[in-house]
Amino acid sequence: MAVKVAILGTGNIGTDLLIKIKRKSRLLEVGLFAGVDPASEGIARAGEMGIPTSTRSIDAVLEDQEIRIVFDATSASAHLRHAPLLRGAGKVAVDLTPAAVGPYVVPAVDPELKNVLEPNINMVTCGGQATIPMVFAVARTAPVAYAETVTTIPSRSAGPGTRANIDEFTVTTAKGAQVIGGAKRAKAIIILNPADPPILNRHTIYTVLEEEPDREAVTASVMDMVNTVRGYVPGYRLKHPPVFDGKKVTVMVEVEGAGDFLPKYAGNLDIMTCAALAAGEAIARKMGEGRTQGGGRA
Amino acid sequence: MSQKRRIRVIDTTLRDGSHSMSHRYRASDIGQVAAALERAGLDTIEVSHGDGLGGSSIQYGEGLLTDQESLRAAKEVLAHTKLAVLLLPGIGVKEDLEMARREGARVARIATHVTEADISAQHMALAKQAGMEVIGFLMMAHMEAPAKVLEQAKLMESYGADVVYVVDSAGAMLPDDVRRKVALLREGLTVEVGFHAHNNLGLAIGNTLAAIEEGAAVVDGCLAGLGAGAGNTPTEVLAAVLDRLGYETGIDLWKVMDAAEDVLRPLMPRPQVIDKAALSLGYAGVYSSFMLHTHRAAERLGLDPRDILVELGRRRVVGGQEDMIVDVALELTQKAVAKGDL
Repeated sequence: MAVKVAILGTGNIGTDLLIKIKRKSRLLEVGLFAGVDPASEGIARAGEMGIPTSTRSIDAVLEDQEIRIVFDATSASAHLRHAPLLRGAGKVAVDLTPAAVGPYVVPAVDPELKNVLEPNINMVTCGGQATIPMVFAVARTAPVAYAETVTTIPSRSAGPGTRANIDEFTVTTAKGAQVIGGAKRAKAIIILNPADPPILNRHTIYTVLEEEPDREAVTASVMDMVNTVRGYVPGYRLKHPPVFDGKKVTVMVEVEGAGDFLPKYAGNLDIMTCAALAAGEAIARKMGEGRTQGGGRA
Repeated sequence: MSQKRRIRVIDTTLRDGSHSMSHRYRASDIGQVAAALERAGLDTIEVSHGDGLGGSSIQYGEGLLTDQESLRAAKEVLAHTKLAVLLLPGIGVKEDLEMARREGARVARIATHVTEADISAQHMALAKQAGMEVIGFLMMAHMEAPAKVLEQAKLMESYGADVVYVVDSAGAMLPDDVRRKVALLREGLTVEVGFHAHNNLGLAIGNTLAAIEEGAAVVDGCLAGLGAGAGNTPTEVLAAVLDRLGYETGIDLWKVMDAAEDVLRPLMPRPQVIDKAALSLGYAGVYSSFMLHTHRAAERLGLDPRDILVELGRRRVVGGQEDMIVDVALELTQKAVAKGDL
């Protein structure tokens, strides 16, 4: 039996996640799509899809006893209010905002959430979801002294939230590269490119190892990790094989969106909803339901 | 233009010039240059990594000094000249700006790509709150039409900018383009308009004059033109030209000439000229600080820097995307190999 989930936030991210769950997941079932705005296009679309909707946001979610996992795609400030309420109601929160109440989760690094005990997980940032697996892939071969990630986002897919909180994006991404990626120090850079037609979302990941890297081992580890990410983000691609220069390794990836609801160039948003879905399914598996159903579409 | 108008010249030898130094200024270099600029009567000087606070990185080049060390070295010798810093949201963060304020910076220049002004709101608010003068920098202004530049300038004005700059980061603007954009901003803004040139097409002084004639009140220069690509408007040359034209700058011409000749030139690793790569930047419309990174990639892969730069221009790459240089260089190499195989 599928686990019942709710999606909070009826904007682009919430809608894309709704469509992904409906199309791809046998482990999860959207029991409620909730926001605050009655005029929201997302609410109307969900209603047409036959999904229960509400404009009473968190209250409606709390009232529904059957809902066990809640994807929060609202805002950091809203999630700070939602988090204790959800915890009190015994629901697990998958936080897609930068609030970072719970620990960071990057599914490629910990697919079954073995290291997570809290009922609230945070999906870092889109840059983090794309770059941290590469930092981790290098760091599992040998210690990484420093990681630097450069994320370029097509302007049209950088929403007002990202724009108004650009510092949080860089700080959170860098922190994730340390905590989850395993780099001792890290820096993150974000660039918006307004080219039309839009460029694809791309990421460059520099790592500096403590010793000269074992090139074959690093390349194999990176290739393997790219495949792991592709398991839940089909549009994730390595642009060139890793480039070696002394102790420095450069990896470049790009992310093409699945085009479920958001346009294909919005790979930065797609990777967030893909990662949230993968994490939600891992939680469902942990809950011991749908054990024989297999994962979502691999 | 007959009456004497005051023009504020901001010298950015210790920020834009940092690109040409591959971000390797020593504290003693900064102290000497800053002291020479103070003696020459400069109103404001900018000190930061070439890519702004927090710019020290693999992507843009590691600074020999931290931003804090650089600011201290400058502040120590300044009495009247104001200290400015540059910050690009997405690269530098609020903590960097707070540090700069503590170290004595009084002017915050917040730079975004010409279409992305709304990512400057957070940092402009913070700088304002800290009592700093705020200058908005609309980079790569050659890429958009005048109306778009005005729209974005108005956003910066609404966030509290005291001056908004048209920034010709690629040194790609022609005088008429400078005139149209500066004139429109003059008309549409209540705050002052500034202009920052690069000399990739040999137009730095000419474009700066065009901007001044259209009403720009604040303009940038660097001693001996030191700066990314073919460099910026040479401060000492600009001072001489403005003096001849009867503008008031407050700069002591002899002293600024001495600063360029006796203090800065001995520190320069190479002469600041319009070589083929620099000219390619201006012609293709590529961010000037890409030049030295492109030279390195071209050398490593046996390519012509011009081919890389022209391709980057075709892809409409923006400031900060230095990682695209290696990406494009690798693709060009693959193409060359494939051709050889045929």
